[in-house]
Amino acid sequence: MKARVHIMLKNGVLDPQGEAVRHALATLGFEGVEGVRQGKVIELDLIETERAAAEKRVGEMCDKLLANTVIETYHVEFI
Amino acid sequence: MRAAVIVFPGSNCDRDLAVAFEATGAEVTMVWHKDTTLPDGIDIVGLPGGFSFGDYLRCGAIAANSPICRSVITHAERGGYVLGICNGFQILTETGLLPGALLRNVDLKFISKTIDLKLGTTDSVFTSEYSAAQRVQIPIAHHDGNYTADAEVMARLEGDDRIAFTYVDNPNGSDGSVAGILSENRRILGMMPHPERAVDRQHHSADGQRLFASLTAQMAAA
Repeated sequence: MKARVHIMLKNGVLDPQGEAVRHALATLGFEGVEGVRQGKVIELDLIETERAAAEKRVGEMCDKLLANTVIETYHVEFI
Repeated sequence: MRAAVIVFPGSNCDRDLAVAFEATGAEVTMVWHKDTTLPDGIDIVGLPGGFSFGDYLRCGAIAANSPICRSVITHAERGGYVLGICNGFQILTETGLLPGALLRNVDLKFISKTIDLKLGTTDSVFTSEYSAAQRVQIPIAHHDGNYTADAEVMARLEGDDRIAFTYVDNPNGSDGSVAGILSENRRILGMMPHPERAVDRQHHSADGQRLFASLTAQMAAA
């Protein structure tokens, strides 16, 4: 089973990199982009085959290491 | 005073920190990140600057989960002293020993220069030898020093007099111009500026020396 973890800065946490991308887009003439938020995607190849067990395990991985829940939120999709 | 300086793969200020501790008479042991215990009788743990684990994932995140950090957390929970500088500060926020987080500098640039700081409090073992609201010059060298914390945490830091240093001219976008903060028991200091790079006449400034002198004086008195 493959898990895809999406990690984003929480709303309200300034994202300097996203802001830089927004400015670059405007410079290139792409108008109408009001905001850009940059996050990351982490894919995990899991031996686990049972969905519920995998969800629990990946949640623990996110809380302990993959995301910093002080500033980030995450969501996991299984593919 | 007995100090342990933790060495992670990618630490690059570990030796400078050890030299700064030793210059004030401390006995220093270097401790590798894979060790699981600190040497007996350690008064203070130093988490040095650098790029532990290449800053992969998030600055300090992997170091915060290394074997030795469990012992560092136990040491801190028992009331032991911890000094985290630059990457060491990032590691302290990642372990949860200090609140908040350090984001990419607001202008996205790595900044390496000596800057002016203002003392936030002299009420700690790290800052007792400075004078209140004193201005000091200490170098910074970081890409991710933009301190962020929610309003509640900021109010608590300010209300409890836990902001150790602020930037005179905020270089990185930090909330409240925060350059360094103390833990609730005032025994853990995390700061982005490098006091260990300002301890010698041949350095641009020797203003960091008082931080180590404060520690020695307080430990001797204890």
